Amino acid sequence: MIDNANDLTIAVSKKDHIQGSLDAPIVLVEYGDFECVHCGRAYGILKKIQKHFGKDLAFVYRSFPLAEVHPHAQHAAEAAEAADASGKFWEYHDLLFEHQDALDDSYLVDYANELKIPENDFVAAMEKEQYADKVQDSFMGGVESGVNGTPSFFINGSRYDGDWEYEPFMEYLSSLS
Amino acid sequence: MSELLQAGTTAPEFTLQSAAGSSAGDQADHVKLSDFKGKNVILAFYPADWSSVCGDQLTLYNEVLAVFEKYNAEFLGISVDGAFCHQAFRENRNFKLTLLSDFEPKGAVAKQYGAYREKDGFTERALFVIDGKGIIRWSFLSPIEVNPGANHIIEALKEIQGEQKND
Repeated sequence: MIDNANDLTIAVSKKDHIQGSLDAPIVLVEYGDFECVHCGRAYGILKKIQKHFGKDLAFVYRSFPLAEVHPHAQHAAEAAEAADASGKFWEYHDLLFEHQDALDDSYLVDYANELKIPENDFVAAMEKEQYADKVQDSFMGGVESGVNGTPSFFINGSRYDGDWEYEPFMEYLSSLS
Repeated sequence: MSELLQAGTTAPEFTLQSAAGSSAGDQADHVKLSDFKGKNVILAFYPADWSSVCGDQLTLYNEVLAVFEKYNAEFLGISVDGAFCHQAFRENRNFKLTLLSDFEPKGAVAKQYGAYREKDGFTERALFVIDGKGIIRWSFLSPIEVNPGANHIIEALKEIQGEQKND
């Protein structure tokens, strides 16, 4: 029998890109696409939400590139993983969301340079598509969890179908803590 | 409103236009459910081309078509929009999806599946997974404003595949 719940099939763990503690009372997972304009808007909202909740909220970002409609999304997601190899995932994540109109491969290298990520390593990883499988696994994990578009949010493991504009999202999250 | 057809029911046969012809009234391409005998079929009824939730939902399905194919499944989207509307929508979004027009008589197929909203004049947001023998194996009526995603479709396809392995 199929139950019709929409819960994360891959639990949040240390393998994730996470800001905050896994023990926080609220664990918020975003499945996002660096080229998706809605994710770009959510980016600013999430910064404010993180600031408000501080240690009470852990934020996890998982890639969900809609590659058929966003031609740069797959490479951008792989580039963020390449940046992670230098410990710069979040800085890179922020740069991408702040420059959504400039995501060609050459810009992806520029952002790596801006963060002083060794260019040779970065370019080699991109050319080898070293992180393509990791991004694909993230995408499939999202599909199987019920991600239905970008951004999709999961709060403490379950899909959140409510409004993610700042005020309604804050109101919902506040009701949990 | 009539009830959504449930798992275990034989899926009603239908023939619907699948592509616009070169001009209105052309004998354009049509698709019959029974064309897919031996394959699994995913039917996704959705309210309207161009609406935001439907657009997101179909974008996702377009993205996971290869996954559906892995489970020997054909995807068919159905709304009451006409074939020329579907064509413009597909081209605008770069969809590879098959979209069928339940246009005349309006909503007739959706009614057979219990997925028509009489008061609105468009279909419900409803999903069906049909196996190779033409039996509905899973159906789901989503709240109209909620995009149901692809996870339960895949679970239903996995269940069918699991049984075939045990045969």
